[in-house]
Amino acid sequence: MAVKPENEAELSAGVAGARGPLRVQGGGTRGFQGAGELLETGGLAGIELYEPGALTLVAGAGTPLAEIEAALEAEGQRLAFEPMDHRGLMGTGGEPTIGGVVAANVSGPRRIQVGACRDHLLGVRFVDGTGQVISNGGRVMKNVTGYDLVKLMAGSWGTLGVLSQVSLKVLPKPETQATLAVEIADAGTAVRALSAALGSPFEVSGAAHAEGQALVRIEGFEGSVSYRAGRLAEVLAPFGAVREVAEGAALWTGIRDVLAFHGVPGDVWRISVKPGDTAAAVADFGTGQIVLDWGGGLIWALVPEGTDLRARLRVPGHATLVRAAAGTRARIGMFHPESAPLARIAEGLRARFDPRGIFNPGLMSAPVGA
Amino acid sequence: MEMPLPDPAILAKKSSLVERLRAVLPGDAVISDEAETRAYECDALTAYRCPPLCAVLPSSTEQVAAVLRICHEMGVPVVPRGSGTSLAGGALPTADCVILGVARMNAVLETDYNNRFIRVQTGRTNLSVSGAVEEENFFYAPDPSSQLACAIAGNIAMNSGGAHCLKYGVTTNNLMGVTMVMMDGTVVEIGGAHLDAPGLDLLGVICGSEGQLGVVTEATLRILRKPEGARPVLMGFDSNEVAGACVSDIIKAGVLPVAIEFMDRPCIEACEAFAQAGYPMCEALLIVEVEGSEAEIAHQLGLIKEIAARHNPVELREAKDADEAGRIWLGRKSAFGAMGQINDYMCLDGTIPVSELPFVLRRIGELSREYGLDVANVFHAGDGNMHPLILFNANEPGQLELCEALGAEILKLCVEVGGCLTGEHGVGIEKRDLMLHQYSDADLEAQMAVKDVFDPQWLLNPAKVFPLSVSQARRAPRPAAA
Ligand SMILES: Cc1cc2nc3c(=O)[nH]c(=O)nc-3n(C[C@H](O)[C@H](O)[C@H](O)COP(=O)(O)OP(=O)(O)OC[C@H]3O[C@@H](n4cnc5c(N)ncnc54)[C@H](O)[C@@H]3O)c2cc1C
Repeated sequence: MAVKPENEAELSAGVAGARGPLRVQGGGTRGFQGAGELLETGGLAGIELYEPGALTLVAGAGTPLAEIEAALEAEGQRLAFEPMDHRGLMGTGGEPTIGGVVAANVSGPRRIQVGACRDHLLGVRFVDGTGQVISNGGRVMKNVTGYDLVKLMAGSWGTLGVLSQVSLKVLPKPETQATLAVEIADAGTAVRALSAALGSPFEVSGAAHAEGQALVRIEGFEGSVSYRAGRLAEVLAPFGAVREVAEGAALWTGIRDVLAFHGVPGDVWRISVKPGDTAAAVADFGTGQIVLDWGGGLIWALVPEGTDLRARLRVPGHATLVRAAAGTRARIGMFHPESAPLARIAEGLRARFDPRGIFNPGLMSAPVGA
Repeated sequence: MEMPLPDPAILAKKSSLVERLRAVLPGDAVISDEAETRAYECDALTAYRCPPLCAVLPSSTEQVAAVLRICHEMGVPVVPRGSGTSLAGGALPTADCVILGVARMNAVLETDYNNRFIRVQTGRTNLSVSGAVEEENFFYAPDPSSQLACAIAGNIAMNSGGAHCLKYGVTTNNLMGVTMVMMDGTVVEIGGAHLDAPGLDLLGVICGSEGQLGVVTEATLRILRKPEGARPVLMGFDSNEVAGACVSDIIKAGVLPVAIEFMDRPCIEACEAFAQAGYPMCEALLIVEVEGSEAEIAHQLGLIKEIAARHNPVELREAKDADEAGRIWLGRKSAFGAMGQINDYMCLDGTIPVSELPFVLRRIGELSREYGLDVANVFHAGDGNMHPLILFNANEPGQLELCEALGAEILKLCVEVGGCLTGEHGVGIEKRDLMLHQYSDADLEAQMAVKDVFDPQWLLNPAKVFPLSVSQARRAPRPAAA
């Protein structure tokens, strides 16, 4: 079969003719190994349509993220959901693709303001487990025609189908940004500070806590940013001395990519909880180094190898194992267990979309703690 | 619009069904008297009516589960209902169905300003969700024009939008979690106060599934702090093309207004006659609203006015105070009412790429003349979501059919230029038979496979969304009655 299909028809034929499991891979920056023949999407590349005035872009799933970002940059636009680059954290090479971003619903610090990758995904084309080409959504901003399989595909990690094309909503790049920092040591106080900022009318686009500093970002037109920075400094003042960070943009790239854990040994978990529960969750983990994003609702935890944080998570939410030795990943699985009825629905959907169970088998449904 | 014939076997067991329902619900929550079931015979697509077998009004998730278990066992179809404001016939009953209304479930369960969410029962109306958090200066962003009446239940089922969704997104972008009862009575929790659920994005596919996957009884919704202020500007142009180009230029310039509303001449005239908002008589009118502090508003409006000036507007009017802002919005907000005064109308909801606006408006004009029916256009221009209103006389034989035929032409046009059949109202029965213009058999098969998993017997709102011919094999024969 075509290991690296050059177009959707080849992809479809390749999947239909597959005799065993397929390991679907975009840029390979997440470092999955897994069983099965490698199916690379890199041949399905290229921006097919970009209309800045309509804020929409359509591209092949294998299009390098960098190519898309460059095209947008040229028009003063961007992917507002701020997808992270996993290479530094994972210690991998490769070229991140837009299909990989979508398949894992990768969303960065701006998630709290503009939504996740899935909220910017307008349409998909994909090949299901029988080789059938399926299209859902489209390239318009509002679309409720039939079921939203677009959302279902975002974050399905290639287990329902292989994406061939995605359409995205893009947004204007703001004129400027400002970042405020307050020294706060503990997670609980930091989250309260971030909540105060997020509960203000001043349109915070990033709210993180790293290396003893609570960080708040605002973006927009020059005058508006300096006005809001001033007002937010008042909101944050009760928590400590507020200063403006000079290298704000680079700092947020570091938060987005979890720079603090690059090259530091240990497993990395990504935990989503209600911000108000974060301090309790972190205390329950009892170990490790922490970076908070999403107003405190996203916990990045660096823990000793083999630690299973899911077992220690006692507040509502979920934990995903992002970085670990292949053996650990294979042994304990990456994802958080779902309730029995939801797991049944998920299995039912996989059985429908991929009846032979050939796409990334076991990736999302591996028995946890086995 | 064809509906499946009622199943005589189900009609025959009405009394035993009603008896079983009465055993699990309070006395006044089961409505089976024929005169009273008429209250549920239609939604806002009033051209189609059919009283249900009976209607139930449960007041808790447990009661919903009990009802669904009974209907599941007896093989009786269920049509969920919020406030019945669907414009697509989403809540239209069949004679052999139970209408399950969530209107009595309207409590606020939890309000959390620090974590910025509210949890409500889904029978609560959209506006009263914002009302519940107003004293702390928060709001729930999606604001359908029907917000006084429509329920969160229907908003979730239709993935409803509103004038302000250009900035804040539609329902799916503001929905964090749901409690849902499956057709077999199983209660599931999806998502919650944290972001993103583990596993597949089931919440994403439930939102917009038009009551076909489960009955949503509770919802966790994102709430936001109100902006410091907001102000609209009104601009008139002497052609649709120019107004369309102006919209595109505003978006390209990096200003992101909360709303860009567009009205064409027929609509302006009707609204003006109805509401006397003082609109200029011109070909196209834009209302653009921005938010922020005084200075921020002034800056953004300055940029917008500068862009507009390049397009030679015939009128440019900035609201100086709340009163003037109210007048600018007055006409737009009364557009549907105005149309209702002069005529019967059908409200379409296609979406098109913004760049196709001038072409599509011109084509709609041509089609309108061809069919001999007036069309007024009012829509959310920033995101290309059009609401052509076709005016007709329901009392004149043949006019409804003519109007539907014209509507179908316009929606097909939307699909042809790269858009879709419906941007926020849903498919229901109204656009059901046009689905094959947008999707292939395989595309629809994939969507129906999702329903197979959630509702294997196709008992939940089965005659909607998919063309009847396409869903036929799944809907019938129904499982043998218990
Ligand atoms: C004047 C007017 C203006 C409108 N403006 C807008 C607008 O600006 N934007 C917009 O998007 N829409 C608009 N609408 C359409 C309509 O108001 C929305 O679709 C609304 O969300 C429907 O809510 P409802 O509670 O009335 O739902 P219903 O009409 O009762 O039901 C709608 C659908 O939801 C399903 N449903 C209801 N309850 C549940 C439940 N508990 N669980 C699962 N499924 C359920 C029903 O089966 C049906 O398919 C307008 C309608 C009118 C009449």
